[in-house]
Amino acid sequence: MKTDEWKSRYGFLLAAIGSSVGLGNIWRFPYIAYENGGGVFLIIYFFALLTAGIPILILEFSLGHKFKGSAPLTFARINKKLEWLGWWQVLISLIISIYYSAVIAWAIAYFVFSFDLQWGVNTIDFFLHDFLGITESPLTLGSLRINVLFSIFIVWLITYFILNSGIKKGIEVANKFLMPLLFVTMIIIMFRSIFLPGSYIGLNFLFTPDFSKILDVSAWVDAYGQVFFSLSVAFAIMITYSSYLPKKSDIINNAFITGFMDACFALISAIAIFSIVGFMTYNAGGEVPKNLQGVFLAFATIPKAINQMPFMPSLIGALFFLTVISAGITSEISITEAVVSSIINKLHRPRKEIVLIYCIFGFIVSILFATGGGLFILDIVDHFVNNYGIVCTGLVEVAALSWFFDLNILKDHANNISDFKINNIWNILIKFVTPIILLCILTLNIYKDIRIPYGGYSVKALTYLGWSTALLIFILSFLISKIKWYDKEILKGLK
Amino acid sequence: MNTSALIMMIISLVIAFGGAIYFILKALRK
Repeated sequence: MKTDEWKSRYGFLLAAIGSSVGLGNIWRFPYIAYENGGGVFLIIYFFALLTAGIPILILEFSLGHKFKGSAPLTFARINKKLEWLGWWQVLISLIISIYYSAVIAWAIAYFVFSFDLQWGVNTIDFFLHDFLGITESPLTLGSLRINVLFSIFIVWLITYFILNSGIKKGIEVANKFLMPLLFVTMIIIMFRSIFLPGSYIGLNFLFTPDFSKILDVSAWVDAYGQVFFSLSVAFAIMITYSSYLPKKSDIINNAFITGFMDACFALISAIAIFSIVGFMTYNAGGEVPKNLQGVFLAFATIPKAINQMPFMPSLIGALFFLTVISAGITSEISITEAVVSSIINKLHRPRKEIVLIYCIFGFIVSILFATGGGLFILDIVDHFVNNYGIVCTGLVEVAALSWFFDLNILKDHANNISDFKINNIWNILIKFVTPIILLCILTLNIYKDIRIPYGGYSVKALTYLGWSTALLIFILSFLISKIKWYDKEILKGLK
Repeated sequence: MNTSALIMMIISLVIAFGGAIYFILKALRK
């Protein structure tokens, strides 16, 4: 089967940056920076970007480019015994692609609501009860919200049309439109926010350095965790995207551009979000607003701030949710492509057929997130998939490649086609620094979850929805790797 | 905005945008 390729380097870069810049840049990074020492955290963050984020990006770009396949095919080509690792990453992407579609769907609905500020004065009540019809626990699904369901359908329809058109005409064209749109809307929101009264209060929260945090282990773990989650590494995406690169591609430079551009977007959104936080604090006479991260930041705190804006609040609201939609869609298509390409590789079926079947399947499962229990389920699944799934696959990936594969093969491959060269420091970062950090993150996550059940949910709900999901995808990855490739020859010839 | 916050903001923006622009220019020159 002929493999599609990126039309230009610019197209690949936009797609890779589009995949990295997601909802985490908007609603996770600003709060983590604020929580962990402001300006000091940013320095730790850049250190983490250079010592873990970009080295892993170089690793994954080299893997995809050298072995020319989706994650399972790439790992199977390295060693048949490693194929399950690729499927583990793909199954994580599968789960994320499903719940991510629900969040984008909420943003689409809120984009429409913003024209007449339909969320009213009590934005939390509107979001939880009027919009989501939330139930009392994750194990009670409640009623189906038709407007949410309709928005989810739109997300899958968009995903279908983009992926169905292939790499060049679908993903590349979509990113060439969505990424500039995302950049422009973010810049407009940032400048509007900076000129709001009291914005400086928020910027002081965000940037004032707290030097005591430099010795705080949790600030370092959060910085590395943020870099790791944000760059879309360890869940099959970057391996898949780089497999579509033409033979002559500057891998190392591409990795640096992707890493730094992701940081640029994170900083722009942090400035915008915290200027808005400052504005709200100023209006409330010095009281800092609650809910400064996650879905509540986007769907309750920001709408509340938009209500208070002095000039054209509807326009700013529409622009904000357009930003969330663009950031979400560019990530969603990359996550879905990681799954679709793996199935295409394994079964040797036409792209159009696999994309159609997967999008129908994705939509059907997403219905779960249009119920009253959807937000709880999303919260639990997201916590376990991110904190255990991605961290574990990342850890196994760097450990397996470092200890059972010669990293110099990848280093030489990257150096041969790149302008900027990497040396043995890269080997040390991949072989020692990254596994140690991931192990620290994993240990800390386990410790936190054992000490206090996540989010105050019942142990039963966490076991059924969280631990079981994490365990199930791990077992399934082994089972899927046992299915035969349509042609065994596909595993040969590229070592 | 206090001075230390302003300095940290400028440093962060210079590192992020400086890094991105440096590598983009490097790619364009090739």
